[in-house]
Amino acid sequence: MTCTDIQAAIHGYLDGELDAVRNLEVEQHLQHCAVCSQTYKADQTLQGAIKTGSQYYRAPAHLRKRIQSSIRQGDKSERVVPAMPWRWLAVAASVVFVVILAWALIPSGLDGEQLVAQEVVSSHVRSLMVDHVADVMSSDQHTVKPWFTGKLDFSPPVKNLTNEGFPLVGGRLDYLENRAVAALVYQRRNHVINLFIWPSSQDTHVKTKALARQGYHLVHWSKAGMTYWAISDLNDTELQEFVRLVQASS
Amino acid sequence: MWKERNVPEQTVARFEQVVLPHMDAAYNLARWLTRNDHDAEDLVQESYLRAFKFFGSFQGANARGWLLTIVRNTCYTWFRENRPQELTTSFDENIHSTEADPFDPEKLLLQSESGQLLKQAMEELPLEFREVLTLRELEGLSYKEIAVIAGIPPGTVMSRLARARSRLKQHLTKLVNKEC
Repeated sequence: MTCTDIQAAIHGYLDGELDAVRNLEVEQHLQHCAVCSQTYKADQTLQGAIKTGSQYYRAPAHLRKRIQSSIRQGDKSERVVPAMPWRWLAVAASVVFVVILAWALIPSGLDGEQLVAQEVVSSHVRSLMVDHVADVMSSDQHTVKPWFTGKLDFSPPVKNLTNEGFPLVGGRLDYLENRAVAALVYQRRNHVINLFIWPSSQDTHVKTKALARQGYHLVHWSKAGMTYWAISDLNDTELQEFVRLVQASS
Repeated sequence: MWKERNVPEQTVARFEQVVLPHMDAAYNLARWLTRNDHDAEDLVQESYLRAFKFFGSFQGANARGWLLTIVRNTCYTWFRENRPQELTTSFDENIHSTEADPFDPEKLLLQSESGQLLKQAMEELPLEFREVLTLRELEGLSYKEIAVIAGIPPGTVMSRLARARSRLKQHLTKLVNKEC
C-alpha cells in the first residue's frame, strides 16, 4: 500500500470500519511510515477533541414541550369523527356529560393549586421519562446558578446540599404556569427530586403545604417573593427534611 | 367508538416512547446543519410532526436513524427554499490537499478556548461536511447508518469524512495561528 492509498483508509481505520485484512495493512503501514503515522495521530487527537468537547447541542426544554403538545393536538385534530347520526348523538351526550362533570368539580375546588400540582407532576415525570433531567450537570452551585443568567428573568437561589445528604445534580429550564421556571435537580439515593422555582405572581405568603399525587409527594411554599414546588417519589419524611434544608438556606 | 378513540392515544404513547427520546440527536443535527437555534427548533418540530404522520410505516428497530433521516431531509428541503447557495458550494480540491497540512493538534489543545475554536472551525465547513462529521463524531453512527441518512453510497462516507477532517484541520490551523 502506498501513502496515497492509505490517506483515505486511515479514516476507516480510525472509525473501526475496515475489514480485518485492510485493517492489518493500514496498521503495518503506520508502523513504518512516519508521515502517515503523524497524520493518523493528528486525526485521532482531533476526533477525541470533537467528541469530548461541548460540541453537542441538546434540545432545549421548551422545544420538548412545544413538540409534545403539538403532537397531542395534531392527533386530536386529525381524528376522524364518523358521520353517523347515533355517533353524533353520543358526542353530544358526552359533551353534556363533561359540562355536568365540570359543574360538579368546580365548586369542589379544582383551583390554582391543583392545576399547578398537576403541571408539576407532569414536568417531573417528563424529565425522568425522556432522560433529560438536567441541561447543566453540576453539583457546584456556582456553576448552576450562573447558567440560568440570561435564560430567566429572575435569579433562582441555588444551594448545594451534598453535605446534608441531598447532592445537587444540576439544573434545567422548564415551563410552568405559563412562564419559564428554574428546575433544580437533587438526588437522594436513587430518588430524583425536582425543585421548581419562579417569582410569585402576587405578593402573598403561602405557608408550606404538602400534597400527594399519583404516588408522588409534593411540597410547595413561597418565600421572599419566590414560589417553590418540590416533588419526588421519595418518602414524605425525607422530602420534608429536604424542604426544611432548602428553606433554611434560601 | 371506544376502540377508535383508544388507538390514536396508544399511537401517541408509543411515539412518545420510541421517537421522542431522540430529540437531542435530532436537534443536534438540525443545529449543526442550520447553524442557528431558531431554524433548528422549527425544523425539528416540523420533522417530528412529519415523523408522527408517517409513524405507521415505521417498522424498524432503529428509531434514531429513521428520525435523523427525516430531520436531514426536512433540513435540505428548507435549504433548497431558503439558502440554495449552501447546497451548491463547490470546493477547490487544491486548497485541501493533505500534503500542505501543518496541523498541530497539541497547539490547538493548549488553547484555553480550544472548544470554541473547534466549534468555529466546524461551522465554517460546507454543509455536507458538517453533516458527516456531526453524524460520525457527535452521534457515533456507523458508515452504513450515515450512508442511509445522507443518501450516499457507503464508500462515499469514508472519502467524505477524509475530506471533511482535512478541511477542518486547515480551518483550525488558520484559527490557532491567528490566536497565537
